[in-house]
Amino acid sequence: MLEDTIAAISTPPGEGGIAIIRVSGSDAINKVEAIFKPRQKGRIVSQLKGYQMILGWIVDDKDQPIDECLLAIMRKPHSYTAEDTVEIHCHGGVLAARQCLERVLTLGVREALPGEFTQRAYLNGRLDASQAEAVIEIIRARSKKALNLAMKQLTGYNSQYVHRLEDRLIQVTALIEASIDFPEDVGEPDYQEIAGLLSEVRDELARLLAAGKRAEIYRSGAKVVICGKPNVGKSSLLNWLSGWERAIVTEIPGTTRDIIEEYVNIKGIPVRLIDTAGIRRTEDRVEAIGIKMAQQAISEAELAIFLLDITSGITEEDKEIYQSLNPAKTIIFINKDDLLEKQIDTAQIERLFPGIPVIVGSVREEKGLSELEDIVEAMLLAGQGEPGDLEMLLSTRQQQILQRCMEQIGPITEMLGLVSLDCLAVEINEVIEVMGELTGRSLKAEAMERIFRDFCIGK
Amino acid sequence: MIYDAGEYDIVVIGAGHAGCEAALAAARMGCRTLLTTLSIEHIALMPCNPSVGGPAKAQVVREIDALGGEMAINTDKASIQMRMINTGKGPAVQALRAQADKHQYHLAMVDTLLRQPNLNLLMAEVEKIEADQNGVSAVITKTGARFLCKAVVVTSGTYLKGRIIIGDVIYDGGPNNQVPAMKLSQSLMDLGLTLGRFKTGTPPRINRRSVDFSKMIEQPGDERPLRFSYISPLKPREQISCWLTHSTPLTHQIVMDNIHRAPMFTGVIKGRGPRYCPSFEDKVVRFAHKSSHQLFIEPEGRYTDEMYVQGLNTSLPEDVQLQVLRSIPGLENVHMMRTGYAIEYDYVIPSQLQLTLETQAIPGLFTAGQINGTSGYEEAAGQGLIAGINAALKVQGRDPLILKRSEAYLGVLIDDLVNKENDEPYRLLTSRAEYRLLLRQDNADLRLTAIGREIGLVDDTRWEAFNRKLERLSAAKQQLKETTFTPGDAEMASFLAQHNSAPLKDRISLWELLRRPEIEIEQLAACGWLDEAPADILEQLEIQCKYEGYIKKQQEQVKRFEKLEERRIPEDIDYHQVQGLSNEALQKLQAIRPRSIGQASRISGVNPADINVLLINLEKARRKS
Repeated sequence: MLEDTIAAISTPPGEGGIAIIRVSGSDAINKVEAIFKPRQKGRIVSQLKGYQMILGWIVDDKDQPIDECLLAIMRKPHSYTAEDTVEIHCHGGVLAARQCLERVLTLGVREALPGEFTQRAYLNGRLDASQAEAVIEIIRARSKKALNLAMKQLTGYNSQYVHRLEDRLIQVTALIEASIDFPEDVGEPDYQEIAGLLSEVRDELARLLAAGKRAEIYRSGAKVVICGKPNVGKSSLLNWLSGWERAIVTEIPGTTRDIIEEYVNIKGIPVRLIDTAGIRRTEDRVEAIGIKMAQQAISEAELAIFLLDITSGITEEDKEIYQSLNPAKTIIFINKDDLLEKQIDTAQIERLFPGIPVIVGSVREEKGLSELEDIVEAMLLAGQGEPGDLEMLLSTRQQQILQRCMEQIGPITEMLGLVSLDCLAVEINEVIEVMGELTGRSLKAEAMERIFRDFCIGK
Repeated sequence: MIYDAGEYDIVVIGAGHAGCEAALAAARMGCRTLLTTLSIEHIALMPCNPSVGGPAKAQVVREIDALGGEMAINTDKASIQMRMINTGKGPAVQALRAQADKHQYHLAMVDTLLRQPNLNLLMAEVEKIEADQNGVSAVITKTGARFLCKAVVVTSGTYLKGRIIIGDVIYDGGPNNQVPAMKLSQSLMDLGLTLGRFKTGTPPRINRRSVDFSKMIEQPGDERPLRFSYISPLKPREQISCWLTHSTPLTHQIVMDNIHRAPMFTGVIKGRGPRYCPSFEDKVVRFAHKSSHQLFIEPEGRYTDEMYVQGLNTSLPEDVQLQVLRSIPGLENVHMMRTGYAIEYDYVIPSQLQLTLETQAIPGLFTAGQINGTSGYEEAAGQGLIAGINAALKVQGRDPLILKRSEAYLGVLIDDLVNKENDEPYRLLTSRAEYRLLLRQDNADLRLTAIGREIGLVDDTRWEAFNRKLERLSAAKQQLKETTFTPGDAEMASFLAQHNSAPLKDRISLWELLRRPEIEIEQLAACGWLDEAPADILEQLEIQCKYEGYIKKQQEQVKRFEKLEERRIPEDIDYHQVQGLSNEALQKLQAIRPRSIGQASRISGVNPADINVLLINLEKARRKS
């Protein structure tokens, strides 16, 4: 608790140019090194001196970049906390910062409590003695807030899932411990019952995690790009979705030179909608920059709405744009169905863009647009829990706790009956300790209560 | 009239399981020691079940032995049956249990006490402890003898204002109809201690000759010779069986028909009883859906016909007890020899103690055993040993002995008593130990013998035996690690085939081979691959090898735990000056005065925010100085 490595987003919430994640503790540099790919080959993070910066990418477990970042290395005691510290300067704003933080947290780094960096700074002699009171204030405030928050997050509908999970773990612990401490009253443990409970725990965890991920989208939103050749109607669509005229809508191709972003709400999901400049070969330098930015936006987005013009047929330019899209994250909207000339038929679409959802409609006539919204919602939520299943908001910390439980439960179900009961108890104890962090309950203590409630113990 | 009766270093009040250990430890460490008892005929009395050991308790008995205490040796002398329980559940929770001949247990302990140099035994009731701000100075008996002393260990069990309850029959009394100690409670309160009141109980005893064993299931002991003490002779002995029977729907009907006469339900009993040891009437009421409860009929000794009915603790009226007994298969014509009863008694709320078992209020005053709100002979003996050791260390001006939770069940026991709120008599359970895999009954000697030696309780004989064991362990371990086999070895190939174990792929040591679940060390020894070694050496190595991964895991946890234990809190800290503590934490910390941040974090009512606040304040204080 005093020396573990902690991390948190240290810039204020909200959209900004960059966001900074601070990682502090004895393992900070080594941990971040493991998920960082320097731009310049051969540079090694852990060999950097204090106050050096390095450019590169935070990468996921498959070595794919999450965001381009600058790392700032500070070596103890020359940092705010007087511990080894790494600051990760994300370039992608809040969303990317959250993803980077989550990546850091997968390394066994704990999410810092509010004020914890300052607390460490004080304990390590970095702050003036007069600041002790302020630090104490923060600690008191956060324990109160954490309590309120935990209560709030786990009341009503949500809490029953967590309680069910806790209840099963308590039951497993009670079965094991009763058999160990009261062998004459209880006898051998029922391994089948234990196995059944554990697999229920695993299923429940999976549901909660999926629901949490789904809920995450409702909170932190998603990026959706609108793309298509010039004058296909991208700006009109953006205007319709956002409800007001922002982009200039004209008949002249290439009117939209820069990226236009708008925050819209699609079926309750906050969506950062990006209207890309038309992607086409051009000699115009300003437009060339816009095109490059459009391609970048496409690669970062969760979803692309690809507009085609029913009157012009499928052109080489359309095919070229399609090349830059990820088919699994693409919806095709065939615009201008209100016009008479129709050059695109469905068979053509099937052949050229197999497996992609297609809507034929008209932005001007508001045809097919609610259908489009439905598909956008469905695709953003795909693989993230059954719709209408759980309404669970999980913080990163809570997700991390459930994830850790999940990782521990799997192997345990496989070792049932192969390890002795005392070793099994060690494994289960680890799970219930992690699970206990979720609500601050001592599940072990409750398991002991359960023994006396459920088993008739008594010499 | 009060007269000067002499001077001792240490006076121990009460010669039960705690008192005997305390007095023997103090005397063996060279302190002039007086042990007082209400009745010499009842020294080391087992007023409840006739057995020693079981889960967590067996580990404690072995720990007492490793430190140079007496309980293990005495149990080995008096045992009439031994069984290893929890054998299929892993080495950490395996536990030895002995049925003891109660009378023999008493006689053997008296014999040991009488032979002990530096120790005097006195039949007397201590009514008063004298103390001033420097600490205890004397004890005064009912008959006026004043003994000057430097330390006092109170081990008065359930005798303080003891009250016996059998139905509506209620009278002052200690266990087994002994006289209670009616005055000492007041003296402890005058010294500033707060007392609470607990309740416990015991079942009726029956005459073996009136029992029909044909209706019961025999529970024999293990055939192989077993022992508690690492230095007792390991020899086969004649064993006496226990018997298993059960209650019937009729039994439960009798209880329910008379429940209005049960003191537990009429409100006569106010003291809180232990949940792990409920009365039979309590079980019938709370588990109404169960039509039957197990009952074990256990011999009280080799030369008595008295038998104990385990599972039938009760304070029901005597006539109901008799009806209940006779509704049980095999007991239709039973003759009841002693009536079951509940007993209420005063105890010292243990948050007033230090981890040495010395009271915070009075220097030199120690308490141990049931007076501290525990239950069980083993828990009492363990505390007695620690209190006796610390009293002697204090008198000798030496550093106290505090066993860590990661070191011994005795450490867990005392740490829990001081830090956790208990609203029932405390019993040790293996699940109370965080590092259960390390605190095994097989390695108590490896954990604690060196500590016992340093204190001065481990004599040369035990010390030499222990060192021989260490040498043999290390030699045999080396042999296991250095003896290797190649896939081409024919003898090994046939051995593996014989034990359904996969053929070798690479060169492998015996140690690595032993990790395979299907391979046992006895099999390796039988092939002549190991030098001859006693069974306990082989067992120890097998556990160390097979559980290496889990043991390492727990050792890592212990390292993290000990970091917080090592962060000491200054003894003179004034918690009223600590800013930002919650009210409850302030009260608790001020009362318990933890030694370390680790201990503070275990106190009921002190939450993590309080610990963080405390850390900040300690840092502030450090900078000021």
